[in-house]
Amino acid sequence: MNDFWIILIGVLVAATCGLLGSYLILRRMAMVGDAIAHAVLPGIVIAFMISESRDSIPMLLGAAAVGLLTTFLIETLHRRGMLQIDASIGLTYTSLFALGVILASAFAGDVDLDLDCILYGEIALAPLYTLDIGGVDMGPRAVWIVGGALILVLSFIFLGYKELYITTFDPAYAAIIGVSVSLWHYLLMGAVSLTTVAAFESVGAILVVAFLIAPPAAAYLLTDNFKHMLLLTVLLGSLAVVGGYYLAAWLDASIAGAMALCMGLVFCAAFGLYRRRLHIASKSLTDQQLAARG
Amino acid sequence: MNVAVDNPALEIHDLTISYNRRPVLWDVDLTIPEGAIVGVIGPNGAGKTTLIKAVMGLVPAGSGYVQIYGRPLDEVRERISYVPQRESVDWDFPASARDVVLMGRYGKLGLFRRPRRADRDKADECLHRVGIEHLGDRQISQLSGGQQQRVFLARALAQDADFYIMDEPFTGVDAATEAAIVEILRGMRARGRTILAVHHDLQSALDYFDWVVLLNMRLVASGPADKVFTAELLQKTYGGKLTLLSKVGNLLQKEEFPTRET
Repeated sequence: MNDFWIILIGVLVAATCGLLGSYLILRRMAMVGDAIAHAVLPGIVIAFMISESRDSIPMLLGAAAVGLLTTFLIETLHRRGMLQIDASIGLTYTSLFALGVILASAFAGDVDLDLDCILYGEIALAPLYTLDIGGVDMGPRAVWIVGGALILVLSFIFLGYKELYITTFDPAYAAIIGVSVSLWHYLLMGAVSLTTVAAFESVGAILVVAFLIAPPAAAYLLTDNFKHMLLLTVLLGSLAVVGGYYLAAWLDASIAGAMALCMGLVFCAAFGLYRRRLHIASKSLTDQQLAARG
Repeated sequence: MNVAVDNPALEIHDLTISYNRRPVLWDVDLTIPEGAIVGVIGPNGAGKTTLIKAVMGLVPAGSGYVQIYGRPLDEVRERISYVPQRESVDWDFPASARDVVLMGRYGKLGLFRRPRRADRDKADECLHRVGIEHLGDRQISQLSGGQQQRVFLARALAQDADFYIMDEPFTGVDAATEAAIVEILRGMRARGRTILAVHHDLQSALDYFDWVVLLNMRLVASGPADKVFTAELLQKTYGGKLTLLSKVGNLLQKEEFPTRET
């Protein structure tokens, strides 16, 4: 039964992160996902200190707030401070992450908030923390939390599909026809923050970053159709989760590590297919040109 | 020369725009008639793109205002369309030509509503009007430069707007596309649409435009093309560029163009 829960949690995380990551990749903001995944730490710690519990709701809110703050700081330093976008990302998230580390070590030391767990996660233990409602065992808590995040992200993309699509492709045009570019930017970043922290407990920040970037990057190489890209992202991410789980079981190694490694392998396979397709396309194009000339 | 018209499609009033406190447009004041193809012409760095961005509200006006059909931008937004420079977007984006044209319908659809059959038909009709109906399913990176420009034009047409703003629509397109675009613009003019296009080729400008705005950080002239295209005014737009640029900071401030505080 544990196998099932671990794989299910992994698939839920992969799907949620991958869907949002597709937008980040196309907006050339993949590293913003990375930044948010780290920078939410102070939000989690502060929420933890205020609520004095590891209850998920305050942590989600704290993380979402700091995630938006991160986005805002990155934008402001870039626009107002004339700092390059990559420098502005690096500056913002290292500072916020460091603040989180200090808060966690100074004030949350005597309570159970494990930095290693936040960074690297331990998906193998996730099925052990179950959700009890009125004494009834509802299954692992992580399934509910990450499942909730997935439903939220799915409805976000379903309802805002047009707006997300157009602000990603051509923000200037979107602004002309009255679609608020910054509103959708912050909504997307809010969703990334929520997802990151929802996935934290079970899989850790590093795997979140891997799932945000690798599956959409692989899917991007395999299709020219955005809807197919979203679907493929979910499929490829899930494939890596299943493959990673059994690889870890076989080697008796870290599950999160094996999943991230499998994601890398899936990307390599996609890259190989892409090169092959390019080769065939250029060949058929030359054939056509030759035929047209001949 | 600055020819004023009654009931203008576009009125720019005393517009000054600065980037980081360095002015790029000084005190531009002009009117443009309805149903005309208007060219904004001037040397590089003259502020042509800034001018149209200001018309669309993409850059804040330091002073002055812009009105379209006698109203502020926000009240007439759905009557305005925009054809950006081709290089302004990533053509490797996973979208087909039809997907991009369909974006022209988004403004009318509003929040949460998905494009319907009628919108798709409209997109196909616009692809047909720009002569690439057979390329609707083609991924946009697999289109030639001219075809990409036609896709942008089709997207603007799908919007069914009245006032079209275009940034260098003829740049980097083949001769056939250039001729096709001009033909489409004339068709639009015949239906009373107004077109404001940034342009940099003086040779073709007299053929293409009814009305010309000569710009070099400040307005040199605005009027019917045949009246504006004089050696003297063109000299003023292009010839004095160096002196104008170097002195513009303090000279204009002190003399004929007092700076307005925002």
